[in-house]
Amino acid sequence: MSEHSGPHHTSKMAGADGDDSLYPIAVLIDELRNEDVQLRLNSIKKLSTIALALGVERTRTELLPFLTDTIYDEDEVLLALAEQLGNFTMLVGGPEYVHCLLPPLESLATVEETVVRDKAVESLRKISQEHSPVDLEVHFEPLVKRLASGDWFTSRTSACGLFSVCYPRVSSTVKAEIRQHFRTLCSDDTPMVRRAAASKLGEFAKVLELDYVKSDIISLFTALASDEQDSVRLLAVEACVSIATLLPQEDLETLVMPTLRQAAEDKSWRVRYMVADKFSELQKAVGPEITKNDLVPAFQNLLKDCEAEVRAAAANKVKEFCENLPEDSREQIIMTHILPCVKELVSDTNQHVKSALASVIMGLSTILGKDNTVEHLLPLFLAQLKDECPEVRLNIISNLDCVNEVIGIRQLSQSLLPAIVELAEDAKWRVRLAIIEYMPLLAGQLGVEFFDEKLNTLCMAWLIDHVYAIREAATCNLMKLVEKFGAEWAQNTIVPKVLGMANDPNYLHRMTTLFCINALSEACGQDITTKQMLPVVLKMSNDQVANVRFNVAKSLQKIGPVLDSNALQSEVKPVLEKLATDTDMDVKYFAQEAISGKLVFPPPAAETSLYVRFYRSGKPDDHAVFLSSSTVLSLA
Amino acid sequence: LAANKAARGNDFQWCFSQVKGAIDEDVAEADIISTVEFNYSGELLATGDKGGRVVIFQHEQESKNRPQLRGEYNVYSTFQSHEPEFDYLKSLEIEEKINKIRWLPQQNSAHFLLSTNDKTIKLWKISERDKRAEGYNLKDEEGRLRDPFRISSLRVPVLMPMDLMVEASPRRIFANAHTYHINSISVNSDHETYLSADDLRINLWHLEITDRSFNIVDIKPANMEELTEVITAAECHPHQCNVFVYSSSKGTIRLCDMRAAALCDRHSKFFEEPEDPSSRSFFSEIISSISDVKFSHSGRYMMTRDYLSVKVWDLNMENRPVETYQVHEYLRSKLCSLYENDCIFDKFECCWNGSDSAIMTGSYNNFFRMFDRNTRRDITLEASRESSKPRATLKPRKVSTGGKRKKDEISVDSLDFNKKILHTAWHPKENVIAVAATNNLYIFQDKIN
Repeated sequence: MSEHSGPHHTSKMAGADGDDSLYPIAVLIDELRNEDVQLRLNSIKKLSTIALALGVERTRTELLPFLTDTIYDEDEVLLALAEQLGNFTMLVGGPEYVHCLLPPLESLATVEETVVRDKAVESLRKISQEHSPVDLEVHFEPLVKRLASGDWFTSRTSACGLFSVCYPRVSSTVKAEIRQHFRTLCSDDTPMVRRAAASKLGEFAKVLELDYVKSDIISLFTALASDEQDSVRLLAVEACVSIATLLPQEDLETLVMPTLRQAAEDKSWRVRYMVADKFSELQKAVGPEITKNDLVPAFQNLLKDCEAEVRAAAANKVKEFCENLPEDSREQIIMTHILPCVKELVSDTNQHVKSALASVIMGLSTILGKDNTVEHLLPLFLAQLKDECPEVRLNIISNLDCVNEVIGIRQLSQSLLPAIVELAEDAKWRVRLAIIEYMPLLAGQLGVEFFDEKLNTLCMAWLIDHVYAIREAATCNLMKLVEKFGAEWAQNTIVPKVLGMANDPNYLHRMTTLFCINALSEACGQDITTKQMLPVVLKMSNDQVANVRFNVAKSLQKIGPVLDSNALQSEVKPVLEKLATDTDMDVKYFAQEAISGKLVFPPPAAETSLYVRFYRSGKPDDHAVFLSSSTVLSLA
Repeated sequence: LAANKAARGNDFQWCFSQVKGAIDEDVAEADIISTVEFNYSGELLATGDKGGRVVIFQHEQESKNRPQLRGEYNVYSTFQSHEPEFDYLKSLEIEEKINKIRWLPQQNSAHFLLSTNDKTIKLWKISERDKRAEGYNLKDEEGRLRDPFRISSLRVPVLMPMDLMVEASPRRIFANAHTYHINSISVNSDHETYLSADDLRINLWHLEITDRSFNIVDIKPANMEELTEVITAAECHPHQCNVFVYSSSKGTIRLCDMRAAALCDRHSKFFEEPEDPSSRSFFSEIISSISDVKFSHSGRYMMTRDYLSVKVWDLNMENRPVETYQVHEYLRSKLCSLYENDCIFDKFECCWNGSDSAIMTGSYNNFFRMFDRNTRRDITLEASRESSKPRATLKPRKVSTGGKRKKDEISVDSLDFNKKILHTAWHPKENVIAVAATNNLYIFQDKIN
């Protein structure tokens, strides 16, 4: 078959005749064109294996030309190809031949799918480093120019990302050409290209000589920042950060600030949003003096913006902005300029704004100290704890630790309680779930007495919530509480209640008892587990509902390690043996598993035993699904 | 040159170029054309039909030996864009009918278009392939398997030229964002977003993001019994990325500025012509409902179509249109019967020529109307098989309005209301028009003398 192999059939790895080691490679090559995308993808991901087998010369002369024209494929295949080619230098013969990789990457850099193009550009940037200075000018830079002057804007957008990697390594003549190309793309007809140029402006500025930054970049920056397209102007805000970082302080006022001021007051809310979103970066880039004089009023305006999206973005930055204010005037600026705006936001009409503020406002207490917090912030916290929107309350509660450090949580506890109770009973289960997750934290900060008095009932009530996720979280919560308050506390307060549920008429509640025992046994220790929990579990092995019985088997397996060996042998074993002869196949299965003690099961998946069957057979089948759901239904 | 010609108005004659579609008398419902759209260069022309198909025609190069005959449009690609679906939650059938097609500006050698039915918008890529890989390791030329143990060398596939193949592939599906029926889609001048409008809401999408869209207009009242108007059409401004308009069933148009707020509940301009109390009737509201709104290419004007007229509005003047053209005023006396046969609810579209100097819209009896904005001259033409001889000049048609019917005139009573021209398109650069008449697509062009 050597007649098919073309002129380069002496690959290093290939044997001369009938070599079965070639077979897997042959399959991989053929599957580059398989109809099944997954197989093609698989072959592309093993492209290095193929290249290795072909040797460097055939890779260069046959494989790469083929790949250059394969741009018809699915995005995911092209994406994988673009990524592979970035690591291909050694496979084509080392840096000397790295330019052979340019044609396929060039064609990938012109496809319409942004992710593929970006990946091709990333790989091009990577291999540009492997070009010698000469190759860079002979091969790479012409490619950049071709892309930059391509007919389609896809190629021009890709060019924008390549200027900064070749600029530092080329001669000054070529440098001038590159600057010219970048200038042209900044005023391209299509907004796509101008956006690409705007997004790379900062990066390009970084590699330019300072003089050119001042002469070239600033004028491009100013032009892009006043582009007719909102989507271009807003990208200029990002560039503003990098450019401001590059310039000496004394130039900022004249070169950057006019544009930044204009952006902060742009007619389009999207641009102002971008300014708000990048405010901390901008603040660091322009330094303390400009911050004091310019950014403080700008920030105030953003906090009072007419568009809620902008106010929310600004509200998100309140803490960071305040933290980064120059220390000498920080408190004064916050108290006289920022706090009044913050006060207004607490009663904003938009819930996203309030909720954004609630997620950071507590952080101000560490900055302002105890007295200011008590006098000025506490009323705001309390107001937000009473907000009509659950997310606002939740955000306050989730950040309580900041306040705790400064003034102690007691100051808040009277308002905290109604807020927690209301969230605990919210109609949305996600809200209930969120508050449960903060319980251990709250318990730690409020102390055991307060908890027993006010919150314990809530925690127990969640155990019989009608949503499984809540019951599950409630179980987990109990475990964390026991870890915090100790076994003795558990024995007196929660264990009796949990065990009491074993007699509940609802089988779901009886199962909750088992889940709690699973979670608590370790934290409660051997004594409580053996003496109090075990008898209940064993008794439940006679439950009429199969789901309860197989969960007994699972529980016994789970708490086994905590029990003393006497109890294991004399009490647990007989029960498991009995369950192993149960009429229900699930019960049997789990009892046997528990006896052999080999399998560790995933977290409770009790309400449907689909999971169980899945793990047993390795894959779920329809029959099993049917069976298990019918069992559950008939028993419930 | 073309622009000049168009500017001179109707001092040229329209002649027949092509007709597409079956000649059969009984028309299959699925074959009825539901939208027509040229792409930005005019090189491609897309139609969508009630059967969910999209057919794309490509302009052939002019032939050298017949210079008087300009290039024709031939089928380039045909594909099934939408399939009938069923919403099980609401027990509703979702028709596959293509409501609108919009081309994207060309970004590489492939072409892209958005097509939508009542609920789902799809982004399609139409691309060419002229090479095929050849040579397998495990198969020989005839496709017979080779003995895997006798492979002595590896073979890399080679790309060979092949006959041109045009592929249409779905790139993105934008679904589940519209509760009501989508009536418009429009690509923004920023080339990265587009809007879609249904009866009560307008959403803004990013072309690359399918799992999220932003609601920018919502006119749904808290209580649906208080509903007084619906959105009938919406379009983005051709140059200003922040501006879009939407028309309502009450005959008004709102212009919104997306810069002002994320939710454009408050319009920045409101276009409405005060009603003439003397012509007020039971049908006033129905016939004032706007069925289509289109910005001029320049972005200075917009045109709206209501049941009896086309109006051109200057964006700087909100209280009345700058031009009003009667499309078929003779139907005013027939509104009662048009109401009874539901024709009064027909949604006629309208379009501009490339230089904004002329406009075109459809009527009944396979008639369509053109108005020259400079000379104020108008003309009625007919899309019919009878005149479909190559290069045949289209004769102007006249409908007699009361009094004695002149020769060559058609009486209002003999108009065929089942033959309606709802969808028309004008080539962006030349005087070539595409007119959808039920299941046939007629292409006409100006006569070169």
